[in-house]
Amino acid sequence: MPERYVMSIDQGTNSTRCIVFDQRGRMVTVAQREHRQHFPRPGWVEHDALEIWQNLKRIVPEALSAAGLDTGRIAAVGIANQRETTVLWDRRTGIPVARAVVWQDTRTAPLVEELRRGPGEDVLRDRCGLPPSTYFAAPKIRWLLDHVKGLEQRARNGDILFGTVETWLVWNLTGGPDGGLHLTDATNAARTMLMDIRTLTWDDGLLDLFGVPRAILPEIRSSAEIYGEAGAPLTGVPLAAALGDQQAALFGQTCFSPGDAKCTYGTGGFLLLNTGTEAVRSRHGLLTTVAYRIGDAPPAYALEGSIAVTGALVQWFRDRLGLIGSAAEIETLARTVDDNGGCYIVPAFSGLFAPRWRDDARGVVVGLTSYITAGHLARAVLEATGWQTREVVDAMNADAAVALGELKVDGGMTSDNLLMQFVADVLDVPVVRPMVAETVSLGAAYAAGLAAGYWPDLEVLRHNWHRAAQWLPDMDPDDRAWEYENWQRAVERSLDWVRPPRKRKRGSGG
Amino acid sequence: MAGPVQSIERAAAVLRLLAVGRRRLGLGEVAASLGLAKGTAHGILRTLQHVDFVEQDAATGKYRLGAALLHLGTSYLDGNELRSRSLNWADALAARSGEAVRLGTPLERGVLVVHHVFRPDDTFQTLDVGALLPLHASSLGKVLLAYGAAPPDPDRDADGPAAYTRHTLVTPDALARALAEIRELGWGAEIQEMSMGEAGIAAPIRGHGGLVVGAVGVSGAVERICDARGHPRPSLVTLVREAARAISRDLGAARW
Repeated sequence: MPERYVMSIDQGTNSTRCIVFDQRGRMVTVAQREHRQHFPRPGWVEHDALEIWQNLKRIVPEALSAAGLDTGRIAAVGIANQRETTVLWDRRTGIPVARAVVWQDTRTAPLVEELRRGPGEDVLRDRCGLPPSTYFAAPKIRWLLDHVKGLEQRARNGDILFGTVETWLVWNLTGGPDGGLHLTDATNAARTMLMDIRTLTWDDGLLDLFGVPRAILPEIRSSAEIYGEAGAPLTGVPLAAALGDQQAALFGQTCFSPGDAKCTYGTGGFLLLNTGTEAVRSRHGLLTTVAYRIGDAPPAYALEGSIAVTGALVQWFRDRLGLIGSAAEIETLARTVDDNGGCYIVPAFSGLFAPRWRDDARGVVVGLTSYITAGHLARAVLEATGWQTREVVDAMNADAAVALGELKVDGGMTSDNLLMQFVADVLDVPVVRPMVAETVSLGAAYAAGLAAGYWPDLEVLRHNWHRAAQWLPDMDPDDRAWEYENWQRAVERSLDWVRPPRKRKRGSGG
Repeated sequence: MAGPVQSIERAAAVLRLLAVGRRRLGLGEVAASLGLAKGTAHGILRTLQHVDFVEQDAATGKYRLGAALLHLGTSYLDGNELRSRSLNWADALAARSGEAVRLGTPLERGVLVVHHVFRPDDTFQTLDVGALLPLHASSLGKVLLAYGAAPPDPDRDADGPAAYTRHTLVTPDALARALAEIRELGWGAEIQEMSMGEAGIAAPIRGHGGLVVGAVGVSGAVERICDARGHPRPSLVTLVREAARAISRDLGAARW
């Protein structure tokens, strides 16, 4: 019998990728396509959900033909997706009612402020595991219901469907208006603020709070189970997994045991710690989220620390300051000096995420003297990612029973040796990079392959994991403590910067 | 012998023009100054921009000499850049070959290891990024020598090139023969030439215009790298060459 493969679809913030993996978890082929980012107003970020679906229809045949495969050789397909991004569409035509509101979009800030005053953070954290933030889906749904004419009534009539991106793709892949499956998985539902984090069901109290009609919501399913068969362009292939991208990365890193943690370094940084079957309520600014649910097994939970700006600071250094020509050159520039020269950069471009969650913070560069060169600034850029990771790990160690013993890393920034060594130095634990850098895609493939019986169990997947590189801590403890203190003093100087907007004579419209 | 290539003459004229007083010139000015059609001038400027000899100001659209021209003699590809572009391919090579992978670029009469992927058996291994390997006794180094990416005389010490083992190529003749063979085959090997029991296979990484900017290879125990007759295993050679070609293709593409 010819060899069979598993396909993963990684629908990310900037692009959609289709990767085929073999039985040993090795990449066979990859096809990808970027989609447009729409920024209609300051703070607004939108995607065209139809464009994303069109892209998917193009790249799937590309990936198959590049490897000389037909759909008969694909044992299962799994989806990993950008989380929280919100799509509402007409169930009869399949046309979105507006552009998708992306996770980075901050238009719902006034609504979130009301939530803080209203039910308050504690109530929400207890119910759905999340603090009020513009980050999550429910405020975005509310905004669309309020601002698209006639939408609220159409939604109540049952004409409208809601989904995060995996829901949108599964619905389209299984027929769309013609009997498409309307479902989500527990990891994605955990990011809406509408799901009870313990029962994994839609919560009536939360639905009332946001005024979201139950009729628009998808069914919550496991992350790995056969949802159904796909139609074109994957006709007959079992659709067998869906996970939010960061949970997929945790799965791809084979962090299956309580205490296993990974950090993905991309535009932002996302550190997830497997806490097993217990949903740990964070007292230190982390999110409680579903890590994955396989079939009928009890769900695994995770604590998550999201850092808004890591690689984005390097991009800013490249594109806005023009001090480097490519992201990788930050290391070359940083190595022209031995230390940061006393300079620290806190990249609170749109406030600070975990563990501080401060909207009022803005970026600062402190410790400037005439001694500081571009090289020192480059060091400070990289160190900002290290120290932000340290703050999240400290919060995790405070919340969880066991202290982190090793950090698995992935994402583009792991090619920066200076940074990875610095992360090991400031965390004082080994930092390990796996052989397959595409952990998001691999995680979706693993989950789908498990559900379809392509892989028998988690143990086999663990054996596929191999160490590609390792950085061991090598920093004097006194230096570490001193520098960490300086970083924290720098963060203090970034706080409380944003003031309420000045009263203008004319309204802002909207 | 063929006559001068017109487009290269014109490109040289464009560079000379931009070098006068280190000016920034618009497309129209370049075309008019040299008596070229705008389309022709544009094609030349775009090509020169592609190889970083010319830069275009984002705001004004005007052209000036590129920074790369000032560093013609030094390695033009940043080692960290090379690592970041080759990450996926180097991982795939390690996963498929089961051996450790290294990428090297020439540096001061040696090979600088710019990337290292562990052998995928989860034994304890240490990253040796930043280490310097000998040109004449490593597979990476021999490939760089063969393609002119490193200076041909590897060691000017009075004693000649260091003999690490009895297999090290120390005479100029032996080395020259080996390098000629590498150029003919498109890949090179080192069998117990740096340390007994170890071997390596490497292939060239090419940048714009085919210039060799580095080498990628696998290395490990000689019985795994070589077959029973002591020759490099053809399957490994194929994997190394495929990885080198894939990285080269990525380097030739537009900068991100």
